[in-house]
Amino acid sequence: MPKVTVDGQEIEVPAGATVLQACELAGKEIPRFCYHERLSIAGNCRMCLVEVKPGPPKPQASCALPAAEGQEIRTDSPMVKKAREGVMEFLLINHPLDCPICDQGGECDLQDQAVAYGRGGSRYHENKRAVTEKYMGPLIKTIMTRCIHCTRCVRFSEEIAGVDEIGALYRGEDMQITTYLEQAAAHELSANVIDLCPVGALTSRPYAFEARPWELKKTLSIDVSDAVGANITLHSKGREVMRALPRVNDDVNEEWLSDKGRYQVDGLTKRRLDRVWVRRDGKLQPAEWTEAFGLIAGALEGDKASIAAVAGDLLDAETMFAAKALVNACGSQLTEARQTGMTYDVSNLAAVNFNSTFAGIETADAILIVGSNVRWEAALLNVRLRKAVKAGAKVYIIGSEWNPTYPATFLGSDLKLLNRIPKELGDVMKSAKRPAVILGAAALAKGALPAGLKLIDKFGLVKDGWNGFNVLHISAARMASLMLGFTLPGGMGDIAAASPKVLLSLGADEMDYAAFPNSLKVFIGHHGDKGAHHADIILPGASYAEKDGTYVNAEGRVQFAEKAVFAPGDAREDWTILRALADALGVTVGFDSFAALQAKMIAAVPALGEEGLADYGALPKADAGAKFEGELVGYPIKDFYLTNPIARASEVMQRCSDELLHGADVKEAAE
Amino acid sequence: MLADKDRIFTNVYGFQDWGLKAAQARGDWDDTKALLARGPEAIIEEMKASGLRGRGGAGFPTGLKWSFMPKESRDGRPSFLVINADESEPGSCKDREILRHDPHKLVEGALVAGFAMRARAAYIYVRGEYIREAETLQAAIHQAYEAGLIGKNSCGSGYDFDVFMHRGAGAYICGEETAMIESLEGKKGQPRLKPPFPAGAGLYGCPTTVNNVESIAVAPTILRRGASWFSSFGRENNKGTKLFQISGHVEKPCVVEESMSISFEELIEKHCGGIRGGWDNLLAVIPGGSSVPLVPAAQIRNAPMDFDGLKELGSGLGTAAVIVMDKSTDIVRAISRLSYFYKHESCGQCTPCREGTGWMWRMMERLRTGDAAIEEIDMLQEVTKQVEGHTICALGDAAAWPIQGLIRHFRPELERRINEHNAQFQEAAE
Repeated sequence: MPKVTVDGQEIEVPAGATVLQACELAGKEIPRFCYHERLSIAGNCRMCLVEVKPGPPKPQASCALPAAEGQEIRTDSPMVKKAREGVMEFLLINHPLDCPICDQGGECDLQDQAVAYGRGGSRYHENKRAVTEKYMGPLIKTIMTRCIHCTRCVRFSEEIAGVDEIGALYRGEDMQITTYLEQAAAHELSANVIDLCPVGALTSRPYAFEARPWELKKTLSIDVSDAVGANITLHSKGREVMRALPRVNDDVNEEWLSDKGRYQVDGLTKRRLDRVWVRRDGKLQPAEWTEAFGLIAGALEGDKASIAAVAGDLLDAETMFAAKALVNACGSQLTEARQTGMTYDVSNLAAVNFNSTFAGIETADAILIVGSNVRWEAALLNVRLRKAVKAGAKVYIIGSEWNPTYPATFLGSDLKLLNRIPKELGDVMKSAKRPAVILGAAALAKGALPAGLKLIDKFGLVKDGWNGFNVLHISAARMASLMLGFTLPGGMGDIAAASPKVLLSLGADEMDYAAFPNSLKVFIGHHGDKGAHHADIILPGASYAEKDGTYVNAEGRVQFAEKAVFAPGDAREDWTILRALADALGVTVGFDSFAALQAKMIAAVPALGEEGLADYGALPKADAGAKFEGELVGYPIKDFYLTNPIARASEVMQRCSDELLHGADVKEAAE
Repeated sequence: MLADKDRIFTNVYGFQDWGLKAAQARGDWDDTKALLARGPEAIIEEMKASGLRGRGGAGFPTGLKWSFMPKESRDGRPSFLVINADESEPGSCKDREILRHDPHKLVEGALVAGFAMRARAAYIYVRGEYIREAETLQAAIHQAYEAGLIGKNSCGSGYDFDVFMHRGAGAYICGEETAMIESLEGKKGQPRLKPPFPAGAGLYGCPTTVNNVESIAVAPTILRRGASWFSSFGRENNKGTKLFQISGHVEKPCVVEESMSISFEELIEKHCGGIRGGWDNLLAVIPGGSSVPLVPAAQIRNAPMDFDGLKELGSGLGTAAVIVMDKSTDIVRAISRLSYFYKHESCGQCTPCREGTGWMWRMMERLRTGDAAIEEIDMLQEVTKQVEGHTICALGDAAAWPIQGLIRHFRPELERRINEHNAQFQEAAE
């Protein structure tokens, strides 16, 4: 623990800290552009210069200089002030004066630091440099004349995303940042470079010229586009969500967000269900709430218990609890959340949880992935796996081939090969200190869970302070639904067999409606997608941005999201619809307000009341007779950008899918 | 004047063959095994005692630099020697003569130096434009391999040592030691942050020493003839002999090996046939390659040509590339051209140099024609100060110094041009 002096104040800093970190510990602000905590140190912007003794008689880049015992650091000397002014002047001489039309305005590091550390006026009378436009895809808008060459985007692509796509061409003042051959940056995390860019060189294309940051209302929320549960902030203006930005949570998303989580928000205003619809003469026609409720009550006349509920992938725990309360109050137990028909055993939730935790998997040294395209199913988890590999972990994958961003060995797609473990895999897993297995959705669908549990003993996945058995879900609602007991042993099959008179579909857009020819299908949801097409009655609900709610991510982390905007038109928050339906059916569910609903839910499942990791206890004993069977053919996600009804309604996601995955021609802005 | 018997580079003009046989006749590869048998420690001590300072420009004591290398590898990483033959400094042309006329001095030096620092191999990074020179060097390396002088059991010493020739692509910045390492690794040639220094983590993350061609090539001769012989030349702290490269307005421009600390006048009179048009016609001299400040005629005449002597004049010896300018020179244009060179060769990595070199060049171009205000001279001076010392590598300093030298010594000339230029327009406006 070296002791250093910062502006006369003596402090102790952790070993290995840089001078910049030491200054921050002392409460001094150090201006910087290229330095970023999660990227390697470049030291090229020269904005963080400070005076350090002992050392050469010139200012030092504090981001790259290790703090050493007895250093005397000055951040307020004339030398430092002059150095900062000088560097700032250099950054500005070739930076265009287009702040009024720049989307970064108001959240621009260069603007802020120019005010704080720059000179009063300009002395530069030569012509400014202009740089030709670059194309970086449908998400990233470039105005490269504004670039200050901090290389954060280059380092992000190379180090975090693992895709060598962005780099620097030419040298000196002609240096330009561009993508390889000016192709679109095509990976799932590409838009994070927009957040990283300290100036307006890389800005958001869909958000271009939409709003200024100070006009936006910021609401803390949770991303529902996958089961990672990335922490986000929804920025809204009036009734519209303008954009979603990640917020820092080292346990979940660090400070990144997948492109889908970030850009599906424009789908929130499109193809919305904003009024009640009832099918008359085979055609959906506008109706009133009372009429719809009357029809549902009529269908249940005499046999109230013939009601079932299916939950979709984007639901919050409260909605599911309210639905379960309603169905149970009617005397039915028919609730199911695994809408695609999976039937794995959920008697022990530890067996279907991501036990290593996302942050923990970084420390694994041998990883076996069974049936999961992690890059598409949980892009932010793939970042963690990449970190693990960089630290020396070996990765083996069973399933169809996909392109991980790190070296990995594909063992084939036949699950049977796990019955007799290949020697190489066995040796690596058994000799690892922290071995981990990840069972993906494709493996769950093939019923591989019971046999998968056998790997716990075979590989020694559970050790002191380490649990390496992981199941990776792809639905944001999954873990909460399992905690609420929103399942049946036989899954969707049980419900189909019961042939209920009324089927409540809570935003279930991936289920097979053909199995319910005789049921009155009531769709409670927010987007006119597959579920709405099959529905007999549509009750307009709220999306994740339009209601408060609790979400549980794949690692069992309970998180709370807040309501950012109001749902459009006649749409209501889902729980109020279910509460009103309870009245129409003449049953009591025991809550009249959201607070009461939440209290009741927490009373039933206490873990949902506490933000953080839920404790699911010990892993179950494996069934010795279980065997791996079947061949993994493909993965459940066929198109990364179009996995849920919001994304499918989003123009931006549609364009990403067309252009990045299906090679459609680049659409020009003018069209 | 240096006696012929004391010359290290006896084939610097290429009057003899460069090949192995001829080189051996000149004394190269003479019982190199015995040199190596002295052991690394003794070699480094001898080099330290000789007082040899790096010939690449910075003048860091060579023996001391070698001693920074790890004595043994604790983690299995090998050590490397990188030889800087990316001679791109305007005015410098000494390494070229070594490469094409005396390559075996360099290859032998690589073995001796590599052995002393316990390096596994030497990489010689040759400037991209030196095509014939690279061919000659490669051929010399082949000859040395075939004769068993390098490679497995080099010279029968039991030491395994490889020498690789690597060609650059013509970027001045790759002459900076860490940029050279990046370039050798196949990356964009951009200087690295220090620390870590190359002696700790250099080429491929392994301990590395980067030395100039001349520093390496003189090593075997120093060891053969002894440190005391080498240190008998030159002033205290500026020992030895040195290849001077005199270009510009002298009667006979040349590359010549001379004793350090020789006076400028002697150097010019003895070897170059004097200044064109006589000493009264001398305007200024850039004594160490384009990156050092110029010295006006009055100060340079009796100055000793060595590190300390030129430093006292506010300049430096650099690579001893002496650029002589007589009174026919447009001095502002000359310095402006140097500014253009640095603008063109800046790697673009760090801000002050990337933006500052272009700004300085554009200002210089205006000063050349006088299209400026008097205050802008001070502003330019301030801009050079904003670049100097604020960059990752020394290219920023190198770009700033020539301009600072110009302003220091030729401010009246700058003001004259501005006044004359502006007076023209004054009249027109009236």
